[in-house]
Amino acid sequence: MNHPTEIPTRRDLGADLPAVTEDQRHIGVAIPREGVRRLTQGRGQFVDDIELPRLAHVVFWRSPVAHMRITRIERSAAQALPGVIAVVVGAEIAAICKPWVATLAHLAGIKSAPQYPMALERATWQGEPVIAIVAETRAVAEDALGLLEVEWESLPAVLDTETALDPATPLIHPELGDNLCFTRSLDTGGVDEAFARPDAVAFEETYVFGRHTGVTLEPRCQIADWNPGDQKLTVYHSFQAPHMMQDLYCRQFELQESQVRVVCRDVGGSFGIKVHAYPDDFATVALAMLLQRPVKFVADRLESFVSDIHAREHRIRARIAATKAGEILAFEIDDLTGIGPFSMFPRTSGIEGNQVVNLTGGPYKHKAYRAKLKVVFQNKVPTCQYRGVGHPIACAVTEALVDGIAAKIGMDPIAIREANVIPDDAYPATGASGIKLEILSHEACLREAKRVCDYDALRAEQSQLRKQNVYRGIGVATLIELTNPSAAFYGVGGARIASQDGATLRLEPTGVLTVMSSVGEQGQGAEAIFAQIAADAVGVGIDRVRVVTGDTDATPYGGGTWASRGAGIGGEAVLQAGLVLRENILATAEAILQRERSGLKLHRGAVVDARTNERLLDLAELGRIAYFRSDTLPKTFTPELMVTRHYAQRDYPFIFTNGVQVSHVEVDVDTGFVKLLKHWAVEDCGRVINPMLVDEQMRGAIVQGIGGALFEECLYSEDGTLRNGNMADYLVPMAGEMPDIVVSHVQSPTRSSQLGAKGAGEAGTAGAPGAVMNAINDALAPFGARVSSQPITPEKILRALGKI
Amino acid sequence: MNTPTDSPKRRVRVEVNGTPIVREVECRKHLIDFLREDCGMKGSHLGCEHGVCGACTVRLDGQIVRGCLVLAAQADGHRVDTVETSTPSKRLKALQDAFVEHNALQCGYCTPGMLMAALELVEQKPDADRTQVREWMSGNYCRCTGYHAIVDAVCAVLEQQRAGRFADEPVASADEVRA
Ligand code: FES
Ligand code: FES
Repeated sequence: MNHPTEIPTRRDLGADLPAVTEDQRHIGVAIPREGVRRLTQGRGQFVDDIELPRLAHVVFWRSPVAHMRITRIERSAAQALPGVIAVVVGAEIAAICKPWVATLAHLAGIKSAPQYPMALERATWQGEPVIAIVAETRAVAEDALGLLEVEWESLPAVLDTETALDPATPLIHPELGDNLCFTRSLDTGGVDEAFARPDAVAFEETYVFGRHTGVTLEPRCQIADWNPGDQKLTVYHSFQAPHMMQDLYCRQFELQESQVRVVCRDVGGSFGIKVHAYPDDFATVALAMLLQRPVKFVADRLESFVSDIHAREHRIRARIAATKAGEILAFEIDDLTGIGPFSMFPRTSGIEGNQVVNLTGGPYKHKAYRAKLKVVFQNKVPTCQYRGVGHPIACAVTEALVDGIAAKIGMDPIAIREANVIPDDAYPATGASGIKLEILSHEACLREAKRVCDYDALRAEQSQLRKQNVYRGIGVATLIELTNPSAAFYGVGGARIASQDGATLRLEPTGVLTVMSSVGEQGQGAEAIFAQIAADAVGVGIDRVRVVTGDTDATPYGGGTWASRGAGIGGEAVLQAGLVLRENILATAEAILQRERSGLKLHRGAVVDARTNERLLDLAELGRIAYFRSDTLPKTFTPELMVTRHYAQRDYPFIFTNGVQVSHVEVDVDTGFVKLLKHWAVEDCGRVINPMLVDEQMRGAIVQGIGGALFEECLYSEDGTLRNGNMADYLVPMAGEMPDIVVSHVQSPTRSSQLGAKGAGEAGTAGAPGAVMNAINDALAPFGARVSSQPITPEKILRALGKI
Repeated sequence: MNTPTDSPKRRVRVEVNGTPIVREVECRKHLIDFLREDCGMKGSHLGCEHGVCGACTVRLDGQIVRGCLVLAAQADGHRVDTVETSTPSKRLKALQDAFVEHNALQCGYCTPGMLMAALELVEQKPDADRTQVREWMSGNYCRCTGYHAIVDAVCAVLEQQRAGRFADEPVASADEVRA
């Protein structure tokens, strides 16, 4: 068995790239996050930990069925229970909160219906909030739920995506005319010709992806506090994009930005689940305003399963053509996806399918591509962007097709990839779907993947073991990952989601550096890398840097955490602010020391002589003079020791990254059980700021991807209710069944920023399902069996083997 | 239709992290809610409230329990330890350090429960290998990390223990624990 790996402290990964600052000591180094020590002592502050005076608690009565008309609500008994403060219905909330329609102008033709914080006369999924009960304690509010009398009439539910558009299927929103949310087609031409070539071989398969959900360990939660005295709303929220919520609260409740503050302290996991505006977010705020006291909403686990977004319900018919010699000629996909009854606010539920169209075939040189997408409404929990948004689906389909065709023409899976990926010297390049690729490293990553997993040895062992009826498989997935988005993602579509982020750096009188960033912390280590970047940009030790995030009253305006943009966008803002602050500090030193600026340098927390490195002025002394003894400075000079800079990536719609994953599995062909033996990930996120954080970020994402590939699925009964909406029945990966995961880095910095960082948050989820599915199919190859429906359960494997 | 249960109360006396606490609590109240709401110990978290995720893991008389499955009344007269203890044992302190060193936490929501589970492992299974650590820790969900770093951190503390680092701090025997 493996030995525990060495403590990775201060492993250095920056060395092979040119430095971005004068004295780069922290960027590129595996520095532990000292800031999380408090979390190991139980001293975090998550939303549910916050107590406020007069705090009330809300629980929601949610629709117990997929589709219903509400005919009568009798609330007097609930209202009469001691401790109950109010029982509120949808119309009362709608009187102060405007409805929304989640569409984006650049997703041509996307439509959805107006959605309210709580259902008015109809509820359209099991879990839609209908009635709110506010009480002095959560327990009393839950008691009162049992005293509500609600009568309803069940309506037919639209569940099956395949028949959602049939004329005989009822309409979920009759005013929309059909159950189609969004459709897109793309055709480069040349696809039919490619498949018709005399030297072409084709491979075709249908891929099914089950719905799954995020299961953040801390459920969604918030406290809304409306203060009628100063007419101000404060919302403590477990959320990824505080400024976005500030804007939405302003617009839905007709408030000014100056009236709304959103505070996100510790956030217990997010993964895209906490970047959407949920109906109960608005309902909680409305209740706080109606009752004029703070109201806390904490989803319990059972309601999180039916109210957090779901994701990834797709059925994709797909095919690939290649020459007999192994040149990939064309891809074609037809994607049908179901999103629940509404497009989710404000990012829309059209983006995921759109990404599948953009990304399928993305790593390869082929020029012929045809894709069709249909996004349909259903009476199930709304789906929207979850970690990796479309990536795992596009990657699994692409990579299964590549393996399928390789097997058909008798080519090794890595060899076919080496022959067909866009070469490392061909960038910038444009993918067949039209995506702009700045700089990727598929060839380098494939080489590294082969090396770290000792591919040839694995293959040799595999054939050896087959003779003993042990069936192991090796699965490879090459991937691209969209990161550092520009305004092309949401802004151009009319969504008020900032594409830029800002950083303010302040030198305190004692020489300590305070960094305020619009990108917050949900565990990825954003605050830690901002401290590393700031320390190097200014020239101080990291122990002198503190970081403040997650408060719209305190930080610059910005987009927050999503689409793997925190390091690439937020980090660049910190770097730029730091470089200017360094200059301002030196200008101050010039004024104090009466020495030429050109002879001064900032080095390790002090102003030094540029030639000799002789320490001339400590930052604490500089701060003391600048702040407290301005009388000693020239009258014409004012020290500017607080600097703000913003950064938006504008060179490309997105900065793509890439990587390769290899999965090694053993399939028990009698039980259908899959044992994960080991997993390797080679990733390129441009400049690595802290390799230790990237490693575990990758591993966490890989494990989530494995969850989707093998375990996780929101299962519905025929009437549209969730069958496994609890943690005992909805399986997520645990430590015992997960493999050791080896992570290796290749660095191709983006030239769109000085820092050169690209995102690293989603590549793991993007690649794992494809690598695992390919590994299982590789193990099953001797039986001529294949699986193509995720999660790949033992039952599906046994069916593929013809054993059941 | 349900009617709310009467909520009879009972006086409980629990030693929480070394401090005796006396409170009047509803008999139906779970230990985790008692700790969080009545004792102000917010370190242990709720992830599922149905005994699956392990976020609420605390020690009751030295043995780990799920705070969401034990009633506060059952803890009457007993000792409860959470990760917030201001006098961590050497092993707990070593685990906390190792979690930071190895980046064995991201959001940190699972961490208090993980640490309690890991502490019991280190005390009860000093010879555990990597596979056994993975199995033992499988009662606790982590949704952020890939578990790899958590396993690394626990293995590192086991190694330290085998090298004699905690020799002067004996582990309570299973009998004492139960007594
Ligand atoms: S909250 Fe107790 S096990 Fe999940
Ligand atoms: S660190 Fe977030 S759940 Fe474990």
